[in-house]
Amino acid sequence: MRPWCRMTPPRLTLGKVSDMDHQKRDLAFLRLLKLPMYLWTLAFVFVSLLYVVTLSFLTPGETLGATGEVTLQNYARLFDPQYLRVLFNSLVLAFQTTAICIVVGYPFGYFMARLKPKARTLVMLLVIVPFWTNALIRIYGWRILLIANGPLNNLFIALGLTDEPLKLLNTQGAVLLGMVYALIPFMILPTFTTVEKLNFSVVEAARDLGAKPFTAFLTITVPLTLPGLLAGCVLVFIPSMGLFFLSDLLGGSKNVLAGGLIQKLIGSRNIPLAAALSVLLLAVTSAVIVVYRKLGGTNDMSLF
Amino acid sequence: MKRHSFLSILFMALVLLVLYLPIVTVVAYSFNANTGRNPVEFLGFTTRWYRDLFSGTRGYGAALWMSAKVAFWSTLISVVIGTLGAIGMTQRSLLPESRRSRSEGIMETLVSLPIMIPEIILGMAFMAVFYGVGLPFGELTLVLAHTTFCIPYIFLTVKSMLAGMDPALFDAARDLGATPRRVLTDITMPLVRPAIISGAFLAMAMSLDDFIISFFVYGPSSVTLPIKVYSSVKVGVSPQINALCSVMIAVAFLAIALSQYLSAIKEARNRRKAAKRA
Repeated sequence: MRPWCRMTPPRLTLGKVSDMDHQKRDLAFLRLLKLPMYLWTLAFVFVSLLYVVTLSFLTPGETLGATGEVTLQNYARLFDPQYLRVLFNSLVLAFQTTAICIVVGYPFGYFMARLKPKARTLVMLLVIVPFWTNALIRIYGWRILLIANGPLNNLFIALGLTDEPLKLLNTQGAVLLGMVYALIPFMILPTFTTVEKLNFSVVEAARDLGAKPFTAFLTITVPLTLPGLLAGCVLVFIPSMGLFFLSDLLGGSKNVLAGGLIQKLIGSRNIPLAAALSVLLLAVTSAVIVVYRKLGGTNDMSLF
Repeated sequence: MKRHSFLSILFMALVLLVLYLPIVTVVAYSFNANTGRNPVEFLGFTTRWYRDLFSGTRGYGAALWMSAKVAFWSTLISVVIGTLGAIGMTQRSLLPESRRSRSEGIMETLVSLPIMIPEIILGMAFMAVFYGVGLPFGELTLVLAHTTFCIPYIFLTVKSMLAGMDPALFDAARDLGATPRRVLTDITMPLVRPAIISGAFLAMAMSLDDFIISFFVYGPSSVTLPIKVYSSVKVGVSPQINALCSVMIAVAFLAIALSQYLSAIKEARNRRKAAKRA
């Protein structure tokens, strides 16, 4: 509220409605507007997540539920080597995915923002179109490409790179490829937005003052576009831990990730353990978001 | 603007090539005449798989219909709830002091949480709760789950549009004697309409596209298209799925082309209007 707005001449409403009544009515009205969303969020987001947290402390039951006994066993079981390895692999994969997305997506977003307006619109469209086609389909496309006697292997053989088909599908590399492929738009788009807003006369000033191109880039451009880069990292890192269909379709049965493990545990009716794993995943997610905010990231990650 | 070096163009071209590689593959294979069990070899051109698909015997039509129904209802409900919520939370210029209470900040995080955490957590949470309450898995559970993750998209787009507006617009109406409800219908709603529309499209696209959350709350009689695709794709390469995926890709391309075309028309119209005024 700007101060001078409060200093406007008396309202034109009839005298019997006092300012206080006005404010009360406004407040009540706004509360009424918020009410449905508050109720929905409390019922479906808050209560659901609370229920998962509760389940994670209960003993596995007969059917799809749990018995009333409170226990910490589910969390203890997460330290079981087989589960620990899955968690470790997921984290490593998430870091690798983020790193590759930075190396490829940041320059891409940077170059894209520096194109001429017409070309920029075109490239933007080309990036967004695959993003709007279902992720399952695109991953399925990779499955065809990577299959033992598929196009990619045929190409390699034709080029004389290899004599017999390589095992491309159902490897950790395939999962990493799919992960980067599915998530790279989330790095390209925020980078593009910040670079586009960047005032390049600052960079030119640095160059005029004698900085080498690379020094200018490192000391001026990178810090100024850091918000986009950070948002991109968060947007890539968080989903990469939960995309279970990806390891399912490209990694085979051996390369299970945290998301896939949750799905498997639910399949084998061990809901409390799945819940404990979800809580752990939620904790990692929250930690990432907290770090992101501490580093100066904004709350508003809506870039569409 | 600085000229682009050859290398940067090459780099972008390469990335785009990789981006389109799997899409082109799926489309190409949908015309493959190979009828083997794992048909990776290209044996000629056919449109047979498309005819197969549209003959409607394999349940793709039903899955598409289910996806459309769920997307329609969840978009509709989330547009109403999300828009009103965003206005109620953001339009503090109606209040004496724009003081932000702590609880409101928490609520805001909570509202946008569904699209910030990995989807699998929400999927698992819904499954547990619906099971615990005894709600049968089906269309209703799908709509409830989808609405929950559609609300943030509407909420965030409307909120960011409202935040950029001059509060004097609303104060002026209020000072001139409009009731809060009148401010809502005559001032706020027309102003945020573009945000509502783009948020609704985003929400609808997300609902149609969603696989992970649907996977946890669907029932045997309510299979959506992405779930159908997943269950067929998991087994191996299937020519009908290639055709289906090609159709889905074509629809996505058409939708984007249409939206580009419409915004181009709108821009031209605005430019003409501005020219007239000048």
